[in-house]
Amino acid sequence: MGDAPAALHGYLARSAERRPDHVAVVEPGLASITYRELDRLSDRLRDRLVALGVGPGQRVGLWIPKTIDSVAAILGVLKAGAAYVPVDPTAPALRNAYILRDCAVSALLVEVRFESALRQELGPYSAEPAWIVLPESGGGRGLAAALEQETPAPPTPTADPGPDALAYVLYTSGSTGRPKGVMLTHRAATAFVEWSAETFDVRVDDRFSSHAPFHFDLSIFDLYVPQYAGASVVLLGEERGREPAGLAALIANERISIWYSAPSILTMLAQHGRLGSHEYERLRMVLFAGEVFPVAHLRLLATQLPHPRYFNLYGPTETNVCTHHEVPLPIPDERVEPFPIGRVCSNLRGVVVDSTDAPVKQGEEGELCVAGPNLMTGYWNLPEQTLRAFLERDNERYYRTGDVVVEEPDGTLRFLGRRDRMVKKRGYRVELGEIEACLYRHPEILEAAVVALPDPAAGVRIEAHLATRSGQKLSLIATKRFCSEHLPVYMIPDAVKLHEALPKTSTDKVDYQKLREPS
Amino acid sequence: MSLTRSTEETLKQFILKEFLPGEDPNELEETTPLVSTGILDSLATLKLVTFLEDEFGISVAPHEADEEHLNTITSIANLVHSKRGR
Repeated sequence: MGDAPAALHGYLARSAERRPDHVAVVEPGLASITYRELDRLSDRLRDRLVALGVGPGQRVGLWIPKTIDSVAAILGVLKAGAAYVPVDPTAPALRNAYILRDCAVSALLVEVRFESALRQELGPYSAEPAWIVLPESGGGRGLAAALEQETPAPPTPTADPGPDALAYVLYTSGSTGRPKGVMLTHRAATAFVEWSAETFDVRVDDRFSSHAPFHFDLSIFDLYVPQYAGASVVLLGEERGREPAGLAALIANERISIWYSAPSILTMLAQHGRLGSHEYERLRMVLFAGEVFPVAHLRLLATQLPHPRYFNLYGPTETNVCTHHEVPLPIPDERVEPFPIGRVCSNLRGVVVDSTDAPVKQGEEGELCVAGPNLMTGYWNLPEQTLRAFLERDNERYYRTGDVVVEEPDGTLRFLGRRDRMVKKRGYRVELGEIEACLYRHPEILEAAVVALPDPAAGVRIEAHLATRSGQKLSLIATKRFCSEHLPVYMIPDAVKLHEALPKTSTDKVDYQKLREPS
Repeated sequence: MSLTRSTEETLKQFILKEFLPGEDPNELEETTPLVSTGILDSLATLKLVTFLEDEFGISVAPHEADEEHLNTITSIANLVHSKRGR
């Protein structure tokens, strides 16, 4: 594509100039917007925000369901030079108010149905933000209507806040129970977008899915890689995104060519999506990230959808994608271990270190640390946590992923588990993910999640949470016997709890925090 | 506790109550492995030995508190019988 814009919103301007009438964003069955229209609508919001005093160095909160309105809102905030802070539209007002107050937003874009609850929870606030209330959202009409309620603001130039300015702050759940804001710059975002566009050979006629919500880092790919290429993105809203049979039809009818989501939704699609009832000739890539894809489920998916290429992407919000691996097809029936996370992205550098921060030898396990332009600048307002998140090495800042990996002889990295998911039981190191992988071999087990809880007598107690295929009860003895065929005795779960389905977070990952709560 | 209940039945009830709460009693057979499956971990083994000593008036030596002697209800009952027969 050549001369890459320094600002994340530069891709939109370029595509609006080159392909003004091409569809930029689709709300399936409801509405779509061209690049020219999206550029204009976000310009109008930019002008309004600038008139309200918003500019570089400030943050703007967004509480709008995933629609053309929220896409235009995000772009308007960037064009004003500010950083956007999207909150989970389905989260309680208390949590969203915490986030918006924590990062001291100067302005807020809120759909009217969330307004009163948010005002109540925000309470008295030292610097009252400017409110832009959308009477509805969908098709861009809500944002246009909100802007039309005031006399038009004078046109202002699009800001170029520089590559080190924040582009967005994404809040992830913190270990302390309070969400923490991951701060990412234009440089970090554009480095990731351009790596993605090149690696996945993105084309103008591609149609991307947007499954992840905008407060989740997968959305950075969904939003900006299509803009980079002048391609189209199809928004899958909160409800639609969870309904597997409808999703299969959408992928076919909307001619999605690049799909990107967490593995859990792909598992649902493989199991309940009735994939066989449609054709997917446009689908050429399936990308997944966010958690380990159990091989049995991935195989079931790839058997039904054998044509696209499959990529395992890995990376925390703090770095976005930092390793990738193409899954070779077909997947042999006997394979049970998950696929590697692959190689460190070409624009980044990785090092695997031991507990003293010294690099390990190849084949030894250690924590993966990553350096390069993708990295966050830190956690909003949390200087100590920020300091702990990085490793200084060779005058370079490495992000400590907290993930334990081992480098295979062929140079690919294998994910072994979260450093904090490795517990000691009776002196033995136990990787909870390994127990999960074992449980997934059981033909009756559909979902498995293992947690370690403090135990006054044994030090640590290992609990397996399971959902079975038939919903039938699984005997504890039978489960333990099954585990004893695959695991050393100290890794066998102490207790088994059955669920109809495992609890999930708003980003479709297994909600471990909930599983650790006393029932 | 009934005096006529067999050693095996007493052991089964104790193990179900202490180590397998909520389990279907039919799943626990006299030959179900207990140690190699982690049903009897080291703490549970200590509890079981205390129970054997109190319930049957026997004394279990440390070297007997192992997989060979405690892995199934049958082997535990054999241990109890051999001690009581002495």
